[in-house]
Amino acid sequence: MDNIGLIGMVSIIMAGLTIAVGSIAPAIGEGNAVSQALKSIAQQPDEANTISRTLFVGLAMIESTAIYCFVISMILLFANPFWNKVIG
Amino acid sequence: MTIDPSEIVYFEAGFVRITATLVFTWVIMILLTVVSYLVTRNIKVEGEISKGQNILEALVETINGQIRQISRQDPAKYLPFVGTLFTFILASNILSIVPGFISPTGSLNTSVALSLCVFLSVPVFGIGEQGIGDYLKEYIKPTFIMLPFNIISEISRTLSLAIRLYGNVMSSSIIVAILLGVVPLFFPVVIQALGLLTGVIQAYIFAILAIVYIASATERKKKKKGNLKEES
Repeated sequence: MDNIGLIGMVSIIMAGLTIAVGSIAPAIGEGNAVSQALKSIAQQPDEANTISRTLFVGLAMIESTAIYCFVISMILLFANPFWNKVIG
Repeated sequence: MTIDPSEIVYFEAGFVRITATLVFTWVIMILLTVVSYLVTRNIKVEGEISKGQNILEALVETINGQIRQISRQDPAKYLPFVGTLFTFILASNILSIVPGFISPTGSLNTSVALSLCVFLSVPVFGIGEQGIGDYLKEYIKPTFIMLPFNIISEISRTLSLAIRLYGNVMSSSIIVAILLGVVPLFFPVVIQALGLLTGVIQAYIFAILAIVYIASATERKKKKKGNLKEES
């Protein structure tokens, strides 16, 4: 197989693998965070505002890990630097 | 399908390049300025206030309250910076449902520029609040060994701030574009509504994190004073 085919194949496989593996841990983390927040809201409904604000900030922090993986896979698919080098 | 609106170039001459990101940033700047001008042109203290003034007052009050809750300081100093970040990102994320409008926050250039503003504002507010010596001393706070880690955390949080905003806005627009090819009827609308929600939350998160970073650089001295008062 020549270089172009090899780079294309590896890029596509790795793009899928990146988002598949990279979204496991954030999903577990977000599930834990939400369940804990719901428990604390059930215990202390008065503090629901503070809890949900902290929850949203925390969720965005956790989710950014998955977003990094998504950005990497999008770069591999649409703006692959190695691909452009071989083609150009 | 592009993953960055900066690839759409309208005009190019020498080093001047007018991209879609730049044009739509201008659109939002003009929109925010004109709306603010029209509303604040005849604000009243007494009597019946206009709808626009009501909305703007609610917005400013909300941002003020959030800043006060998180930083436990007077919000007047941080309101111009944080409020501008919030309204700019909010406007550009919400307007992305308008057909033909390309959200400038979906470009890595815009989000990196915004997070660089936060990165630079932290030392500016920190030095202004506690002086250059005390601010620099925070970098070697537990021990001297922590200096490189503190510097790395400063850089990495700037990077993550930029990539988070870019990734969220870009991902929703990409998913809508993909779904339009697969299920063109009704389903993209749902995803776009979800994208609106994500956009609003991201604007909120960006502003909150900016306050948190600024507060972490300005709050420490106040805490020390509080401790001294408690001890004495």
